[in-house]
Amino acid sequence: MDEYGPYDPTVDYGCEPAIREIGPEGKDTLTWKPLNMSRRDFIRGVVCSGVVIAGAAYIFPGVPNARADARAVERLVSLTVNGRKRQVEVPPNETLAHTLRYRLGLTGTKIGCNRAECGACTVMADDTAIYACSTLTHRVRGKDIVTVEGVAAPDGTLHPVQQAFIDEIGPQCGFCTPGQVVTAVALLKKNPNPTVDEARLAMSGNLCRCGAYDHYLRGVMKAAGRA
Amino acid sequence: MAYKLIGKNFTPPDLEAKVTGAARYAEDFRADGMAFIRILASPMPHAMVKKIELGRAEKVPGFLAALTPDEVKQPTLPGQPILAAEPAYVGQPIVAIAAETEQAAEDAVAAIEIELEPLPFCVDPLESLRPGGPNAHNGGNVAGRRIEFQEIKWSGKDFALAGEETLPKGKPVVEWAFGDVDNAFKEAAVVVEESMVHASNAHHAMEPRTAAAYWENGKCHVWGSTQSTAFAQPALARLIGIELSDLVFVAEYCGGGFGGKATSYPLMALPALMSKKLGGRPCLARVSRAEEYYNGYARAGFQAWARFGFRQDGRLIAADVFVVQDLGSTSGFPDADNVGNATSIVYQPENMRFRAIPVLTNTVPKGAQRGPGENQTANMFEPLMDKAARELGIDRLAIRLANAPGGGGKDARYGAEQGPVTSAYLRDALEKGAERFNWAERVKASGQRNGSKVRAVAVGQAYHSAGRNGFDGLVRITPDGILHIHTGVGNLGTFSYASTSRVAAEVLGYDWSRCTIERGGTARSLPWNLGQFGSNTSFTMSRTNYVAASDARDKLLGLASMDLGGSPDDYDLVDEHVVHKSNADLRVSFADCAKRAIKLGGAFSGQEVPENINPMTKAAVAAIAGTGLIGVAKDNLAKEGVVPALSAGFIEIELDLETGKYEILDFLGVADCGTVMHPQGLAAQVRGGAVMGFGLASTERHIYDPAYGRPGARSLHQAKPHTYLDIPAEMGWDAVDQADPQNPIGAKGVGEPLEGAASSALICAISEALGGYMFNRTPIVTDMIINAAAGRPQSHKPLQTNCE
Repeated sequence: MDEYGPYDPTVDYGCEPAIREIGPEGKDTLTWKPLNMSRRDFIRGVVCSGVVIAGAAYIFPGVPNARADARAVERLVSLTVNGRKRQVEVPPNETLAHTLRYRLGLTGTKIGCNRAECGACTVMADDTAIYACSTLTHRVRGKDIVTVEGVAAPDGTLHPVQQAFIDEIGPQCGFCTPGQVVTAVALLKKNPNPTVDEARLAMSGNLCRCGAYDHYLRGVMKAAGRA
Repeated sequence: MAYKLIGKNFTPPDLEAKVTGAARYAEDFRADGMAFIRILASPMPHAMVKKIELGRAEKVPGFLAALTPDEVKQPTLPGQPILAAEPAYVGQPIVAIAAETEQAAEDAVAAIEIELEPLPFCVDPLESLRPGGPNAHNGGNVAGRRIEFQEIKWSGKDFALAGEETLPKGKPVVEWAFGDVDNAFKEAAVVVEESMVHASNAHHAMEPRTAAAYWENGKCHVWGSTQSTAFAQPALARLIGIELSDLVFVAEYCGGGFGGKATSYPLMALPALMSKKLGGRPCLARVSRAEEYYNGYARAGFQAWARFGFRQDGRLIAADVFVVQDLGSTSGFPDADNVGNATSIVYQPENMRFRAIPVLTNTVPKGAQRGPGENQTANMFEPLMDKAARELGIDRLAIRLANAPGGGGKDARYGAEQGPVTSAYLRDALEKGAERFNWAERVKASGQRNGSKVRAVAVGQAYHSAGRNGFDGLVRITPDGILHIHTGVGNLGTFSYASTSRVAAEVLGYDWSRCTIERGGTARSLPWNLGQFGSNTSFTMSRTNYVAASDARDKLLGLASMDLGGSPDDYDLVDEHVVHKSNADLRVSFADCAKRAIKLGGAFSGQEVPENINPMTKAAVAAIAGTGLIGVAKDNLAKEGVVPALSAGFIEIELDLETGKYEILDFLGVADCGTVMHPQGLAAQVRGGAVMGFGLASTERHIYDPAYGRPGARSLHQAKPHTYLDIPAEMGWDAVDQADPQNPIGAKGVGEPLEGAASSALICAISEALGGYMFNRTPIVTDMIINAAAGRPQSHKPLQTNCE
């Protein structure tokens, strides 16, 4: 994705939207732009988000004021989730996981740790798997968000990953499963025929306390080529 | 015996909901006007609440209500209150606030003015046992189930005699023995003796224990996360202070429990109490990861000592065990008792002495965690077996085979009383695993070095009791011919709620597609079932479903003979029909039997019930009476002796002596779980248990700052469970598949020892790679391996616990 590559949950990103540009196809090219900012600063920024835009230079010295996009203070945002455009009132400090679960009623996305440790909240943004607990909703305006509820076909036919997870009994308690499904779907979109090692690497951001990795992995490999 | 359903794979009916996100966990329920609860938790490890000033909090916009310790029942020490007046660990809930939004609730919590008087505290059981040592609670430091809350201090002499490296052995509170231990040691060819530490570790279920509740028409509705739908209810009703009949409970899914959500727990009752204060308004207490650490229990740690004496052939003739259990801040779980019992069943010592003392600490409450006590036993004592084998000059597998109960277990003995077991095939599991793993060949290369890397193979074994009796079963055939199997088992993720339900279908000869499982809450009319914990479900609830289906079968046969002539013995059940054995034209469908049962009433359709069933089952039958043919019964089948679940694990690792990093190259787990009910489900448990075991062996532990009593490992990355990259891409599984004679289909549970067999195998493998180095500490973290490889002393004191 762009010059900065795919979203990487281990990188600290700024809390305010990067400047939005209109790309060659008239599509937003909002990027995940890393900032030289510690996680602590990031969280402080989120906590103090009421003043984050106007006071960005104060809280994050070195972050140019020019990046304070006026649109960031708009609370009514347009989100595309599972193919549907939804207008949602979202404060600037709200995470995507919270918006999905508490404003849109999409409770399939789980909050296991709320700090990018477990992956239960994984959703896709423009086909890239991201942790919804550590993504501000305002940052994904203009992205196509797909949650576990949007993975199956509109007629209810399960995605090959979902079917393979059933066939292989991937889930045990099932709480991490939505994240496992979405990560696997995102992997197969980018790499329809991964090796086992590629699949393990791609799935490694999703913890499963029941330890069902072996069964999930068999599911991913079974679904590969069919997705 | 050939079964139609038992032993066959099937798709558990809740799987689709789990992969589509439709599965609703406690935090996924919504109600109009839902208020949010946040908690003020103790910043101190032990304190007395002197004053709670809510004035400023009440002024926070959106504030609705506060709940303080004086408004909830305070159990006698060292019980676990919903809100504590004398908090006994950092993170213990003191005040709860409900507000219009979660943010407002959090703001109001921040505005509470609270005055706490710090009290002495301790995070190390041995420190508490020292003369003049601190007590975790006012007035005492020792407690436990069936153990009175009391103060026990050992003498300075007890500590001085032991020295720094050996566990002091003062007065225990649990003590038993059989045989003549002291004399047996004199006859031993080899005696091994070690002191060791096993860390506590958090359960860290993926789903934090969120709960929600509201009141309507005098009934309290609760959404909770628990392993046990039926079994959790009586205690929850007591916590809320209502009759069981006034509780409407929903627990359709449980996002991981591992013992930490075995039944109900204080936090589950909090939204109900807050909602009552708000006139029944729905309240949601969303629990964060850190709060899950504080309220989600933990495995009990141990400081222990063991002395084992062996004959030359490897037979264990004398075992002497002393354990100090880290009980946490409540009466905890009797892990210590399980150490004694597990030692007795796995190693079958001819003579044994067991002593234990559970000691309170100002750490999070300890609860049962997968193999509570039994898996610590495996991790602590399996390396001793290897050490003895090395000293005896015999194979590490051979020493286990010389002691493990097998061949059905008729001679196997259990616990202090040396009572019988229902069946035991641990030796058979070891033999089966050894053959499949090719132990004989692979062990020859074990310990060989290639550059900085050493390959090592090892074997581990573990036990847990695996079944109970005396609970109820309930099935119903409705006029459409469908079999409804009502089960109060929770949905922990083992799918045993479904595999045990299939026993009822098997008894009645049903096509599985024409069965439905009624589960997940009181509205589904659930019978009194034991909880889904303790590896018991497969044994216990296959019996309840068997007796309920047998009752339905008797009623079907009775109805047919009543209407078609002859006696019940003249009929068989064939393809969901009752058919005369010698005249196939005399037949009636189950569907028609259900209609007839409704017309006849009485016991046929649940208007009359057996006297001996539990009130919960009676209430469930009353709710569905008249809707079909009811099969309901209490499990009064014979049961004598302890039901043992046993498991063996075989592992190969490659350890880098320069980095301390190791790779698990191969793992094979073998279960002694009686008849295999659901092969694919068992495979998932063997492998999943192993993954959890690898974390237990190497990364997961509690850390407490001894100066301030604050935890240093609250989150997932600080006590990291293993990931996709930490385990082999494929792991093997197998089962002895020998029926237990005291279960109608031969089933036993097995979930817990699968973890202990794997964790102890890994610990033994790391030790083997380092030439038999005795860490005497679980988990073995990387820096310990590097120190051992470099010949440096370890950074911890030998008996130090809750430390890095």
